Amino acid sequence: MPAGYRKTLIRQIGQHAHSEIVGQLPEGNWITRAPTLERKAILLAKVQDEAGHGLYLYCAAETLGVSRDELTEKLLDGRMKYSSIFNYPTLNWADMGAVGWLVDGAAILNQVPLQRTSFGPYARAMVRVCKEESFHARQGFDVMRKMATGTPAQQKMAQDALNRLWFPALMMFGPSDAESTHSEQSMAWKIKMNSNDELRQKFVDQTVPQIEFLGLELPDAGIKWNEARGSYDYSDPDWSKFFDVIQGNGPCNVDRLAARNKAWKDGAWVRDGLLAHARKKAARKHAAE
Amino acid sequence: MKNEWPLWEVFIRGQHGLSHRHVGSLHAPDAEMAIKNARDVYTRRNEGVSIWVVEANNITASSPSNKGPLYEPAESKVYRHPTFFDIPDEVGAM
Repeated sequence: MPAGYRKTLIRQIGQHAHSEIVGQLPEGNWITRAPTLERKAILLAKVQDEAGHGLYLYCAAETLGVSRDELTEKLLDGRMKYSSIFNYPTLNWADMGAVGWLVDGAAILNQVPLQRTSFGPYARAMVRVCKEESFHARQGFDVMRKMATGTPAQQKMAQDALNRLWFPALMMFGPSDAESTHSEQSMAWKIKMNSNDELRQKFVDQTVPQIEFLGLELPDAGIKWNEARGSYDYSDPDWSKFFDVIQGNGPCNVDRLAARNKAWKDGAWVRDGLLAHARKKAARKHAAE
Repeated sequence: MKNEWPLWEVFIRGQHGLSHRHVGSLHAPDAEMAIKNARDVYTRRNEGVSIWVVEANNITASSPSNKGPLYEPAESKVYRHPTFFDIPDEVGAM
């Protein structure tokens, strides 16, 4: 395997795994405050899925010869990134709808083609992830639908969540093809199957009718059907904001990394204790034989 | 961080009477915990009725570079497949 291909995959799969793990935080924020027991159980199941997705992906990365702890360390000290979308706060319950619907919806579009990516373990992890991800998007849309057809106050919350998360969701596909650092090489290696702009357009085209179905206002005055292209025109996100968040200046960057570091530190005694117990048990068994 | 838990490969039997199939891997301190973790990670949607785990470093794998010597000889032995033989239509199903 060429060294560059391996390095690129470790970076991409690792970053993907970190995104799943950090992605638990914005939604975990609302588990204890879900409006009904059913919504709480659903949200809990979704967040548990994200942990699972992280694990599938870490395992795929490990087949390339990098250890789990090494990847974790690099996340915790900031040497590796995770998706910028998780550096935005989830301010109210409508955000749970918008995150599932838009963020997971965008993630699905990114991940479906990855089921055919050139590296087998990554592709196989994606098959499992995509199956579960549809549940996430649908439950988000369901939350949104409830809010959008609720009281005027709830409708306002739904609109506000859509407005706030629309452009960050568009940014999830990465910068425009011309400015994307790794795109060209990754496409040549067939790690990546579609261009960022292609997937972003697909997202807009599929989401605009859903916004209209919900009876919400379009979050961007630039959205217009373009008959000639057979697609919606839309405004480009403000990419200076995107790069600013990547640089660490988003609203929640510091909190997210602090939460991951704390979880890792607080869990150390459990990891060490279980390992010590396992070793003791193995030694005892060995002595008895 | 040298206290990394060992890697386990997970095999699951689906509900269709098929054999256990490799589904992925995970880290766990011992076999018992590996089964528990496998249950949480790989059977959240009724994917299985039985789990096997085996520590990854106990698996011996054939080398991809041996593909030729190992599998090419079978290619010339087409007579091992039933379709090699012509059975006249009059004979009926066989």
